[in-house]
Amino acid sequence: MKQIQFEHRYRPVWESLEDQLKQLEAIRVNRRKALPLNQFVTDYRQLCHQLALARERGYSLELQQYLNNLVLRAHRQLYRYNPPLADRIGDFLARGFPQAVRRQWRWHMVSALSFVLSIALVWILVQQQPDMVYTVLDENSLTDIEMMYQPGEDGSGDIHEGRGGDDDVMMFGYYIKNNIGIAFRTFAGGLLLGVGAIIVMLFNGSFFGAIAAHLINVGGDQPFFTFVIAHGAPELTAIVLAGGAGLRLGWAIIAPGPYTRLNALRLAAKDSLPTMYGVFALLLLAAFIEAFWSPRDFEPVVKYSVGAACWGLLYLYLLFGGRHGTGKG
Amino acid sequence: MLIDERLEIETPEGTLLTLSLAGPIPRAMAYGIDLLIRLIIFAIIAFLVGAFGNVGTGMILISLFLLEWFYPTLFEALRNGQTPGKKFMGIAVVHSNGTPLSFNGSLIRNLLRTADAFPLFYLLGFISTLVSPRFQRLGDMAANSVVIHVENAPTAVKPDESTATAPDWPLNRDDQLALLAFQERQAQFSEPRQQELAQLAYPELSPSLALQRLKAVTRYLMEGAR
Repeated sequence: MKQIQFEHRYRPVWESLEDQLKQLEAIRVNRRKALPLNQFVTDYRQLCHQLALARERGYSLELQQYLNNLVLRAHRQLYRYNPPLADRIGDFLARGFPQAVRRQWRWHMVSALSFVLSIALVWILVQQQPDMVYTVLDENSLTDIEMMYQPGEDGSGDIHEGRGGDDDVMMFGYYIKNNIGIAFRTFAGGLLLGVGAIIVMLFNGSFFGAIAAHLINVGGDQPFFTFVIAHGAPELTAIVLAGGAGLRLGWAIIAPGPYTRLNALRLAAKDSLPTMYGVFALLLLAAFIEAFWSPRDFEPVVKYSVGAACWGLLYLYLLFGGRHGTGKG
Repeated sequence: MLIDERLEIETPEGTLLTLSLAGPIPRAMAYGIDLLIRLIIFAIIAFLVGAFGNVGTGMILISLFLLEWFYPTLFEALRNGQTPGKKFMGIAVVHSNGTPLSFNGSLIRNLLRTADAFPLFYLLGFISTLVSPRFQRLGDMAANSVVIHVENAPTAVKPDESTATAPDWPLNRDDQLALLAFQERQAQFSEPRQQELAQLAYPELSPSLALQRLKAVTRYLMEGAR
């Protein structure tokens, strides 16, 4: 069969397929049941056959290209797959996330150790030698921090008097943008052979240690710790987990084991993505607590108890959540 | 390893599907367009909620966060692997087996964007696309995705009414493809260049005669004898 005849015979099929594709591409995947699609798969199979024929018979490259692109478009519609989201989110929170964290506990331990050790080191240094704080923080930011956590005149932890609801919303936005951005960047930084993730952990640890020790030195520790204790649980944990997930990526490149580096990286990314979904959820939670609970003025006993409950519940969840049953990550 | 901008995959239907990979330049341009769109969206949001004081500032910060991290993911996952910029440039992200990009895949490649942007102006990602045989940046490697051209120009074969001659030599498949390619592209060449090319096939004929003969043979290939 010559090319012209071939085109004449099959062009109607191609055109009808193009029409169907246009409709499919315009519509969201969960609503495509509304389209009459019984013809689509048959047409697509025929098209695949015709592409093979066109190649075999050496029809013009332009025609081959056209058929190839049509197959590609149909292929991308036929193999679309978006399972319902709601079930997966519930399952993920109940099982998938804590399981994913425990599966990668080694990297999370490395990340946590580098964070905790840098806190401890800088904390001890600054408590011994108060001037050491200036090696980590400059004078302006220190003054800001001292202002923020100045003890009230009655010595209580009343630090955010006069702060209204709209300030809370602003700070919520700030925590979302800043903290979640940092966590995502930490994860990506891990790809650079783990160096990026470790650096973020060391820096954040040093800042935290320096600020805590400095505020103890100047007597602002009560307002500071009553402020950070509750949201610190999800926030610090999430940063450590992001670092651990990043290290997992970096390690896949340094020591890919039985895989090629490319495949090891793919597996690592797939393996650590659930952790990042969880990190995102934890940081959302942290931003809520930090914006709407932490600045509220309560007795230190109340704040410490709530804080302790946050830490306790979170780690019970991460250590024991989803021990039974097999959740998918 | 063959360096080529084509990636051949076999579909479950047993067809060999050719993906044509998009290089750094169209991708950078798509990125630029998306950046512009994001700026405009941000300006509109800032204008709308700016009057609401600190609550407005909070909304602006949240929208900045969403635009930075979720603009590409949402578009790629919900709109056939294309952000508006990619759509404009006629490129799309797919998994490297040709299937549509999943939400997870899109999230991985966009979360790892920071590593590709390291240290400045996507230098690492640029080097990675040059080194990778599939033009993948680091995020693409982790997500197992590739960026491909998806534009689809319709063919238009214009039959004309002149003679068709059977070829006077045993024609193989490569000859046939070369002749058909010549026919498709001849509009791009000047007349003398067409004649020059035709003389490669018929060095013994005069340039204009050679071209005439070649066109007749090509027509025969397309349409058969008259």
